[in-house]
Amino acid sequence: MSGIPDTAKPAVAHGMRLQWEPAQEAHVLLYPEGMVKLNSSAGAIMSRCDGVRTVAEIVADLERTYGLTGLSGDVAAFVALALDKRWLELRE
Amino acid sequence: MSATPPVGHGLAAPNAAVGATPAPRGVGPPLKTAHGVGPPLWLLLELTYRCPLHCVYCYNPTDFANTGAELATADWIRVLREARALGAVQLGLSGGEPLVREDLEPLVAEAHALGFYINLITSGVGMSEVRMRALKEAGLDHIQLSFQDSKRELNDFLSSTRTFERKSQVASLIRQHGYPMVLNVVLHRLNIDHVGEILEMAEAMGAQYVELANTQYYGWAWLNRAHLLPSRAQLERAEAVTRRFRERVGNRMQIYFVVPDYFETRPKACMNGLGSVFLAIAPDGTAMPCHAARMLPGLNLPNVRDADIRAIWYDSPAFNRFRGEAWMKEPCRSCPERSRDFGGCRCQAYLLTGDPDNADPVCDLSPHHALVTAAVARAEQAGSAAPAAAPATAPERPLVFRDHRVSIAVVTGDPARGSAPAGRT
Repeated sequence: MSGIPDTAKPAVAHGMRLQWEPAQEAHVLLYPEGMVKLNSSAGAIMSRCDGVRTVAEIVADLERTYGLTGLSGDVAAFVALALDKRWLELRE
Repeated sequence: MSATPPVGHGLAAPNAAVGATPAPRGVGPPLKTAHGVGPPLWLLLELTYRCPLHCVYCYNPTDFANTGAELATADWIRVLREARALGAVQLGLSGGEPLVREDLEPLVAEAHALGFYINLITSGVGMSEVRMRALKEAGLDHIQLSFQDSKRELNDFLSSTRTFERKSQVASLIRQHGYPMVLNVVLHRLNIDHVGEILEMAEAMGAQYVELANTQYYGWAWLNRAHLLPSRAQLERAEAVTRRFRERVGNRMQIYFVVPDYFETRPKACMNGLGSVFLAIAPDGTAMPCHAARMLPGLNLPNVRDADIRAIWYDSPAFNRFRGEAWMKEPCRSCPERSRDFGGCRCQAYLLTGDPDNADPVCDLSPHHALVTAAVARAEQAGSAAPAAAPATAPERPLVFRDHRVSIAVVTGDPARGSAPAGRT
């Protein structure tokens, strides 16, 4: 659906910064003159996008961490959205 | 450079996260604490009013020559620490021209160590390869570079300096050092017809973000309003050009087109409401809920020399003055849209009507809306202006360039140069 291969390695895009903000109790994505407060799912996915792990590995990690299954569709959809918004980019 | 605020008098609507469509420049929805007030997520430090440029639309106060000494490095560092402890995370370093401050690099280093995302808002004048490298090493996240126009002649005329070549060189430096490239161009009657060329210049420079910020009428821009307000036809052409450009470049370049609110029928949700997310500190340490708020009468703005940021943000009468809705007058008080736009801009209400509690007259529900439509009508009559300030119907007063000597004239009460509210054109 999303066209994101399992072997893709997403990373926070150049010029963007992801960090945990205790005051907001959330991950926030910081970029030139802007800020997006991520919900907990988005924060959990994005904080694993380090340019090293593949989408498949991120899905496996999330499923293990949260004791869930069948997350691959959600993760792929988020990665596609974040790529479109240039929050993430793919590394080789 | 102080042409446009980092969050703008046009702060985007609060946004959510995933699934929703985040407003491009949004800050999260205001958080409520025990105080019923969220933290100052956005901190703007106006490090100095000194500036090598003389832009005709600068929002700095026209009486800036009358303000006290600039804060010392140690004061700014204390402000950074106190604000960060409260939850501030987006930091704008502005002015005046922040590069005038020789302690910019240590301030950036401290802010970076504290975890701020640091935006330098500059004309580029004063930037060198050496400083660029030092700022990068200190942890600066991005540089917003202002241009006055795509053409050297008009850029230099509007800023009353020969800076176009310098700015172009700085743009290359920004790219070489791997910063996101953000260009800011303030739009008005004299350059709005060049939007297509401005966007092409930005594309050629490899800009990722372009802000086309229509002039907001405060400070020097208020003095020069009759020269700067575009006609509706100019505005519509510029919007059409921007739309076509967006379709062509897609998401390679984010273009923010800040609408000139005089042409609207509802006001901007200025600062998301004063005292909700935005904290600005003036060069002399005055703390403000908006960078133009110095002009508001009776606010008694606190100073960081006398109080800490927590007390200023949560407890000072000035920062609580426009929180909530109790201050509102009709038609805002009973308006179903009051929670969306907070009655608009307090500074604009004061400048145009003389009372900061009134509805922003941009709103067509305001009994003072005719003040705005009259200004727009005069702009229509003035016809399409030629660069070099020769509109068909010349405003009575010539363009006033932001200048220290002129500012002294404002302070000493030269009536032709004052920024008295209400009914001025």
